Amino acid sequence: MGDIEQMIRDIKKKIFKTAVEFFKRDTFVIPLASIILSLFIAALVILSIGKNPLVAYTALIRGSFGNVQAFITTMIKLTPLILTGLSVAFGFRAGLFNIGAEGQLTMGALAAALFGVYIVGVPAIVAIPIAILGGIAAGGAWGAIAGYLKAETGAHEVISTIMLNYVASLLANFMVNGPFQAVGTGIPKSPEITDAAKLPIMISVQASSLSIGIIISLIAAIIVYIVLQRTTVGYEIKAVGFNPYAAEYGGISIAKNVVLAMFVSGALAGLAGAVEVLGLHHRFLGTLSAGKGFDGISIALIGQNNPIGVVFAALLIAALRTGSNQMQFAGIPKHIIIIVQGLVIFFIATERLVKTMILWKERKEEVLQE
Amino acid sequence: MDITKNIDMKVERQDIKTLSECKVVMMGITKRFPGVLANDHVNLYVKRGEIHAIVGENGAGKTTLMKQLYGLIKPDSGTIYIDGKQIAINSPSDAISNGIGMVHQHFMLVPPLTVAENIVLGMEPVKGIIFDLNKAREDVEKLSKKYALHVDPDVKIEDISVGMQQRVEILKTLYRGADLLILDEPTAVLTPQETEELFEVMKNLKEQGKTIIFITHKLNEVMAITDYVTVMRLGKVTGRVKTKDTNPNELARMMVGRDVLLRVNKRPPHFGKKIFEIKNLWVKDNRRLDAVRGISLEIHEGEILGIAGVAGNGQSELVEAITGLRRVELGKIIFDGMDITNWSPKQIRRAGIAHVTEDRLKYGLIVKYPISYNFILSRYDERPFSNNGFLDLNAINTKADELIREFDVRTPSRDVLVGALSGGNQQKVIVAREFHFTPKFAVIAQPTRGLDIGAIEFIHNKILEMRDKGIGMLLVSMELEEIFSLSDRIAVMYEGEIMGIVKPEETTVETVGLMMAGTRLDGGHRANDS
Repeated sequence: MGDIEQMIRDIKKKIFKTAVEFFKRDTFVIPLASIILSLFIAALVILSIGKNPLVAYTALIRGSFGNVQAFITTMIKLTPLILTGLSVAFGFRAGLFNIGAEGQLTMGALAAALFGVYIVGVPAIVAIPIAILGGIAAGGAWGAIAGYLKAETGAHEVISTIMLNYVASLLANFMVNGPFQAVGTGIPKSPEITDAAKLPIMISVQASSLSIGIIISLIAAIIVYIVLQRTTVGYEIKAVGFNPYAAEYGGISIAKNVVLAMFVSGALAGLAGAVEVLGLHHRFLGTLSAGKGFDGISIALIGQNNPIGVVFAALLIAALRTGSNQMQFAGIPKHIIIIVQGLVIFFIATERLVKTMILWKERKEEVLQE
Repeated sequence: MDITKNIDMKVERQDIKTLSECKVVMMGITKRFPGVLANDHVNLYVKRGEIHAIVGENGAGKTTLMKQLYGLIKPDSGTIYIDGKQIAINSPSDAISNGIGMVHQHFMLVPPLTVAENIVLGMEPVKGIIFDLNKAREDVEKLSKKYALHVDPDVKIEDISVGMQQRVEILKTLYRGADLLILDEPTAVLTPQETEELFEVMKNLKEQGKTIIFITHKLNEVMAITDYVTVMRLGKVTGRVKTKDTNPNELARMMVGRDVLLRVNKRPPHFGKKIFEIKNLWVKDNRRLDAVRGISLEIHEGEILGIAGVAGNGQSELVEAITGLRRVELGKIIFDGMDITNWSPKQIRRAGIAHVTEDRLKYGLIVKYPISYNFILSRYDERPFSNNGFLDLNAINTKADELIREFDVRTPSRDVLVGALSGGNQQKVIVAREFHFTPKFAVIAQPTRGLDIGAIEFIHNKILEMRDKGIGMLLVSMELEEIFSLSDRIAVMYEGEIMGIVKPEETTVETVGLMMAGTRLDGGHRANDS
C-alpha cells in the first residue's frame, strides 16, 4: 500500500512541478488564468445580488456570439480596439507609455473625415487609401510630437500625451461646431464622406454592417508582429525599450527610435480613427473616440504587449461590451462586466504577486523534501 | 548544549576545544533565494581575537552569510552562537546589541556632515534635548586615540579620501560597542598604500582584543593579514585552514575547485604604426565637473596600454568619451588617421573600435534578449544578419552557435536570455561580440570584474591573443594585478590627469600605488593640490 501512496505523492509532485514551470515561463497562461478567475469572482457577485450567474454568462455569450447580428456587432466593436491596443502595445515595447491613443485616434478620424469629405471625383481605389493614409499620418504626427518632445527635451510622454489629448479633443469640438459642421444641422457632426471613401461592406444584418475595417485591423496586427519579431526596426525598438543604455552603446540612436516608436504608436491609433470614420460612422463626430484609446491600455496589458495577444484581448473586451446588453435584458446589471474587466486587469497587474505565491509554495515543498 | 554540534566543530576546526573559545559560531546556515541556494549548510567558526578571512569568488555566498550574521536577512535554517550562547538575530539592531559591527562595501555616511557627526549619528550624546557636539567630538577623539585610528572629527565626509571614510565607518561600529567587526571587501576601493594602512588598523584592533571577519577575494591580502581562512564556493564551505599552513595556490584551488594558472602567457610585443591618439582631452562628468583634465596618450598596433587608478578618477568618463557615449569638451581623439572626436557610437564602431564596457548589465547586454541577439547588438543591421531590413535568423543563429563554441559560453542554448547566464558567461558574450568582428582597436574596461579565476584566465588569454594579432588596446582596470600582467605600458590616472606612464617590467606596485594616490612620476605632486 505504501507503494501506491508513494506513487500518488510522486504524481502530485510532478503535476505541481509542471504547473510551476508553466506559470514561470508562459506569458499566455497568466492572462487566461486571470480571465477565468475574474469570471468566477464576478459570478459570486452575481450570486450575491440574487441572480443566477449561469443565466448571466449564457446571455453574455449569446449576446456577443449567439447570432450573426450579435457577431457583427462584436466585430464592429473589435475593429478599433485591436488598433488602439496595438498602438499602446507598440509604445510599451519601446519603453514608452503612450496614454495619448485617445487624442491620436481623434486626429486620425478628423483627418480621414476631411479627406473623405473633400476628395471628390476619384474612384474608391484612390479615395480610400488616401483617406486612410491621411488618418495614419495625422495620428502618427500627433504621437511623434510627444516623441520629439521626449527625445529633445526629456519631457515625459505620459504628461505630453495627456496634454495632447486635450488639444485634440478641443480641436475636434471646434471643428464639428464650426468650420467642419454639417450644414444646417446644428448638431456637432461633420458632413457625410463621399461614397467612394466608404469602406466596402462585407456583411449587413438589419442596421449593422461589418466593413472590411476588421480585415485592416487584423492585417495591422500581423504587420506589427512581423515588424517587432523579424525586422531590424523591431530589433532597435525593443532594444531601446529593454535597455536604452545598451542600445546606445551598440550604436542604436535612442532619440530616433523614441520618435519613430511614438509615430508608429500614434499611426495605429490614427488608423483606428480612420477606420471608424470610413467604415462605420461615415462622418466625424466630436465624441467619436469615447474611451477607445484608453481601452487600448487595458488591452495592451491583457495582451502582454504581444500583437497576437492584443487581438484576443480586444476580442474579450469587445465581446464583454456587446454581450452585456443581452445580460441587461436578462435582468442582470451590465456593470458586472466592468467588474470582470477590472478584475482581469487587476490580476494581470498582480502577476508578480501570483508568481511569488507559486514560488513560495514551491520553496516550502522543497524544504519539506529535505 | 547540543553535543553533536560540538563534535562537528572539533572535527572541522581542530584548534578549537570548546564552543566558548569562539566569538562566533554559525551552524548549518542555509539560505535560499528563488532559484539559488546561496548558503548550503554553512558552518563557520571564528575564534575570539583572530582575523578570520572568508574568501570565495563572487556569488560564493560570503556576503549572504555575513548579512545573516548582521541581521540584514534571516537564515532559512541554522543557528548562531555568540560567545557560546545561542542567539537570534532578527535585525541589525540585535546584531549591534550583541557587539557585532559591519562595514559595508558601499559606505553609509552622510557627506555634508562632519566625521564626528557621522560617527555618533543615531546615538547622539545630548544635553537635555539638544545635540551635544562637544561631547561627540570628545568621544570620537578618545575612541580614535584608543584604537590608533586617526581622524579629524571636524572635517566633512565629502572632503576626505575614501580610505579615511572607511576609518570613519570602522569608528562608527566601535562607537556602538562592536567587539566583532565584519569588513566586506574593504580593500576594493583602496590604493595599495591605503590598504597597508588599513592592515595596520586591523592589527591594532586585534591587539585590543577585537575579532575581525575579513571578506575578500584577493589572496595576497589573506596571506598578509589573517590568522585563519574559511573558503566558500557555490554556497558551501570548501576549505578551512590556518593561514600559515597554506599558500595562495591552494586557496585558489579551493575557491575554484581545480588547479588554476594565475599567470598569463605573454609573448614579446610587436608594435606596428600608431593607431590611436588622444590630444589634450577634456571631458565632464554627470555633475558637469571636469573628470578628464587634459589627457594625452598614444597607442600602437599590437600594444596594450593599461590605465591604472582608483575607481572614480575619470577612467569611466575617458572610456565613454572615446567610444562616443560622452561629449568631448576640448581636445582631439584620432584613430587610424581620422579625427573621431564626438562621433556617434555607431560611427565609431563602424570605424573599427570595439568596446568592452565596464558595466555589463547597464551597457553591455540586453538581458531580456537571447544570447544570439546580444551577439549582433552592434551589427544587427549589417549583412548577413539583416537583409533589406529583415533579420536573417539563420545567419544570426549560425553565428551565435559559432561564438558560443569559440568563446566557451556555458549555456544550454543560444535562445537563453542573457539575463539567465552567470556573470562570467555574460562577460564572455560581450568579449565574443567585441572581439569577433575584427576591430582595429579596442577599449576594454574592467574586463574581469567579479569573475571567477577560470573566466579571468580565459578572458586574459583572449585579450593577449588579440594583441598578438596586432590590435591596439586601451585597458582600464582597478585590479593592479591585471594591469601589470597584461599591459605593455601603464598610465596612472589620478583626478582626471595622467600621473605618469611606466613599463610594467621597469616599475613596482609601490611606484604605481604612489601615482594612484596623486604623486607624479617625476616626483612632484599634482599642481592644484599644493
